Amino acid sequence: MTVKELAEKLGAEIITGKNSLDREVDGCYIGDLLSWVMGRAEMDNVWLTVMGNINTIAVATLADVSCIVLTENAALDANAKARAVMQDVAILKTEENSYQTAIKIYKLFEEEA
Amino acid sequence: MSVIHLTYEVSGDDFTRAGEASGMVKSKLKKLGYNKDAIRRVAIAMYEAEINMVIHADGGVVDVDIYPDKVEVVLADKGPGIPDVKKAMQEGYSTAPDNVRNLGFGAGMGLPNIKKYTDEMKIETTLGVGTTMYLTVLVKQ
Repeated sequence: MTVKELAEKLGAEIITGKNSLDREVDGCYIGDLLSWVMGRAEMDNVWLTVMGNINTIAVATLADVSCIVLTENAALDANAKARAVMQDVAILKTEENSYQTAIKIYKLFEEEA
Repeated sequence: MSVIHLTYEVSGDDFTRAGEASGMVKSKLKKLGYNKDAIRRVAIAMYEAEINMVIHADGGVVDVDIYPDKVEVVLADKGPGIPDVKKAMQEGYSTAPDNVRNLGFGAGMGLPNIKKYTDEMKIETTLGVGTTMYLTVLVKQ
């Protein structure tokens, strides 16, 4: 499943990263403490968070996750958005919370398997 | 002899710019064709160390040496030093202020993450003088 397919199936809005939408997603990590995410998330994970600041973008890039999903319509700072555009980090946004979103993602992975 | 030597200055108290140096090293390694896992480990370890410099030491200098089989990163600051390195290495132990926590940092995972992602990690610290951290990531092609 690609980031784009994930967005469609979640009904999530694609905010940034139009050149990263073909990237494959693999697994999911939920967290708002950035060092936890860097220590625990794996490459290509979908990262669910409510943290939308510029450091979120840095962490996504360095930890090499496939995309960020801002849950509960969490705000994305203007400078974070600019950085995401510059570095082509895919950011999706959904009104559902991280728990609901994770369940959906789990089901999507199950269907794929 | 290293293939490439890079030097960066990390400015203090500027979280918006933290991660620029590690980002540049990441793209450099990518261009050189290093394996993804090694790049990721270097990038995360370096970013955590950069963030520590911003939070605790008002910035510092980062030197990166890229070899065919390893990447060495040396981060030197003139900050307050680490009073108890053993304690600082424990997951969850943090002395970061609240404003930093609001940004999603200060979880006490910085040094443990650096240890996790590097093959060698050495800390030299003197109270009131500063801290120098030596990191090595081995590259298995």
